[in-house]
Amino acid sequence: MSNLRGGEILGKGMKAAAMATAMMLVTLAGGQAAAADFDPDATINIGSLYEPQNLDNTAGAGQGLNEAFNGNVYEALFSLADDGTVQPALAKDTKISEDGLTYTFALQPGVTFHSGKALTSKDVKFSIERVTSADSKSSRKNSLKPITSIETPDDSTVVIKLSSRSISLPYNLSYVSIVSETAKDLTSKEDGTGPYKLASWRRGSALALARFDGYWGAKPSNGDVVFHYFTEATALNNALLTGAVDIITSVQSPDSLAQFKDNKDFTVAEGKSTTKLLLAYNDRVAPFDNVKVRKALARAVDDAKLLKAVWGDYGTLIGSFVPPTDPWYVDLTKTDAYDPESAKALLKEAGYPDGFSFTLDTPNYDPHPIAAQFLQSELAKVGVKVKINIITANEWYTKVYKAHDFQATLQEHVNHRDIVFYGNPDFYWGYNNPEVVDLIKQAEASTTTDEQTAKLKKANEIIAEDAASNWLYLYPQIVVSAKSVTGYPLNGLNAQFYVSGIKKAD
Amino acid sequence: MIFSYVLRRLIILAVSILVASAVLFLLLRLLPGDPANALVSIGADPEQIEAARRQVGSDLPLPQQFIQFAGGLMRFDFGNSFISRTPVLPEIGARLSVTVPLTLGAFLLAVVLAVPLGIIAAVRKARWYGGLIAVVSQLGIAVPVFWIGILLVTLFAVQLRLLPSGGFPARGWQRPEAAITALILPIVTVALVMAASLIRYVRAATLDVLGSDYLRTARALGASFSEALVRHGIRNGAVPVISILGIELASTLLGAVVVERVFSLPGLGSMLLLGIEQRDYPTVQAVLFISTLLVLLVGFAADILQRLVDPRLRGVIGSRP
Repeated sequence: MSNLRGGEILGKGMKAAAMATAMMLVTLAGGQAAAADFDPDATINIGSLYEPQNLDNTAGAGQGLNEAFNGNVYEALFSLADDGTVQPALAKDTKISEDGLTYTFALQPGVTFHSGKALTSKDVKFSIERVTSADSKSSRKNSLKPITSIETPDDSTVVIKLSSRSISLPYNLSYVSIVSETAKDLTSKEDGTGPYKLASWRRGSALALARFDGYWGAKPSNGDVVFHYFTEATALNNALLTGAVDIITSVQSPDSLAQFKDNKDFTVAEGKSTTKLLLAYNDRVAPFDNVKVRKALARAVDDAKLLKAVWGDYGTLIGSFVPPTDPWYVDLTKTDAYDPESAKALLKEAGYPDGFSFTLDTPNYDPHPIAAQFLQSELAKVGVKVKINIITANEWYTKVYKAHDFQATLQEHVNHRDIVFYGNPDFYWGYNNPEVVDLIKQAEASTTTDEQTAKLKKANEIIAEDAASNWLYLYPQIVVSAKSVTGYPLNGLNAQFYVSGIKKAD
Repeated sequence: MIFSYVLRRLIILAVSILVASAVLFLLLRLLPGDPANALVSIGADPEQIEAARRQVGSDLPLPQQFIQFAGGLMRFDFGNSFISRTPVLPEIGARLSVTVPLTLGAFLLAVVLAVPLGIIAAVRKARWYGGLIAVVSQLGIAVPVFWIGILLVTLFAVQLRLLPSGGFPARGWQRPEAAITALILPIVTVALVMAASLIRYVRAATLDVLGSDYLRTARALGASFSEALVRHGIRNGAVPVISILGIELASTLLGAVVVERVFSLPGLGSMLLLGIEQRDYPTVQAVLFISTLLVLLVGFAADILQRLVDPRLRGVIGSRP
């Protein structure tokens, strides 16, 4: 797996060793003040807590793969820009038939895979079928269900036929990494078209990307990118402090921010995330099948206080499942705002004048246990007793997600545009409002994005009015970097982290 | 004599490994959860979850899973990780290239520190420094290893910038100088804690020897104190210390997980932790099997070494404390 780029790093390291230890030099380089000029061949060291499980997102690679590979190693027909808009990528031109059931994509000319093979329509068909196949573990498989056929009339044209209109098709296709149809063993290797190719991956340690010189698009403003993986936030912060990494992609605890905020060597940037923390009820079972009970619990919890406790001055309050970066965002924080007195009144109306008790299945990792204790004390004030049951992420899938064997649970939801889950009555939380199911279905069949947005806004308002779940807050997305490094994405939608624009001062 | 001992000891070794692997297999499956869960994410439908179960084989009945596992074991084939889908054994090799140098380095440093200090603490127990060594080693046992790690990182990495705060070079031992620098702080961390408890054992063993009749006899026959201690004392005192060393070495191999976490090292311990979290049975089974094997081998080596030092033990199976 070694290559020229890696050899360059090695070369620099050897020179460094001649003068001092290699690490001391890395430290000096990281601490340099920002300069107007940047080094076009710099190595960017990125620190992250999310190592991919493997390299194939149809085989359960996890969010770490989105971070390292989306837009960097793999490209799709479309890309999701950092501002949430869908932009053409490998699809140069898109034609939609009058009835909205046939999409014709003209592929970008002159694109080659890292293996040297030219991109053709057959690769695109192969890649989409990998996601829709019976073995696919992709969470996007369902959203591509309307596809009935993929035709390849010539090498540069792909025709997709649908069973029903699907206005989100370009958006959904932005998740489908285009791989070469001749690629083998995609769980530990890659063959994409992106600006970087995989140089090496040492599990539990680091994944190195090297600039791909045959890239069809704009040349990256750096030479190599190495993702360093950590299991502990403290170790990650120390790595940034000592210059072993240049950037932390997503800070998960506010405690460590002080040491970077008040330090002129670092930049702390807050962007928008799509990660929501929610208290999800099992809406199928009593007492949570009663909308009054759900509304009462929404009013009984002071979300602002919780957010402050967990994140200090960071993060955003939300009144429903839709974050501000989704086009159908509406400010619904006023719906069932904090009001413990009316919560008690509502509980009485619902037939629970003395409250009730329930078990809260709580994942064992931050911030869930803290949030569970907070909810316990808040709800006690309106007479509702919470029994906290700590479970692992793995058990959560078996017990809550699959068997629906729970009363209420805490969970973070990472995805962008995921209001569609409220249109699926079989989803783990069991919210079933035919009007919402219908609106979400109609929205997908819209002919214009305005129509889609209007329908989803309506659905959004209804789920908030129904207090389908208790949406506690939206996580902040905080990127911390050395001052010498600029040009990284701020919003981290779907955990993506485009690296080709990152510049390191000379 | 020694050969028949080695043979009997080898049979015990083989049986222990078989029992250990069967127990591991069962215990793992008693944990709630399903390895297929690590492959799906929120949004997966029931058919996808079933497909994941078929892929990892967790839909099969337990006896059938065991036959597959035992069959693989016979061929020394641990299969592929459910999660990364790559063979487990090479990955363990890569992890051992971090954990073994860490463990051995720490062990050697601890022995180099503890043996002279322990002997001094015993021989000079009436002097102030003899007492000081005993007190400090007592303190060292009480301090958790991660705390020492954090302290060393703050001092030598964050403040002084002399050594990296954690991590291991992506190219591993292809960059020996970087790999060694990465291991210095973790090795010192483990060695300090290990030395603290070793000092106490060496001190106790030396005190035992100092009060013994044979040492008095040797002195009476004209040997100087240091001659008597080197010739008779160390050989006798070494027997209990060897079995403690064996136990310390084995527990460091497994206990390295804490240090690996503090320093973000891609070692065997972090592989095991992640494997358990994800219910990645092939990974967990293989890691536990290999580490059980290593621990048993260390015990085996300690026993043989004891019998080489003290021929009187050769009729006795097991170690003599």
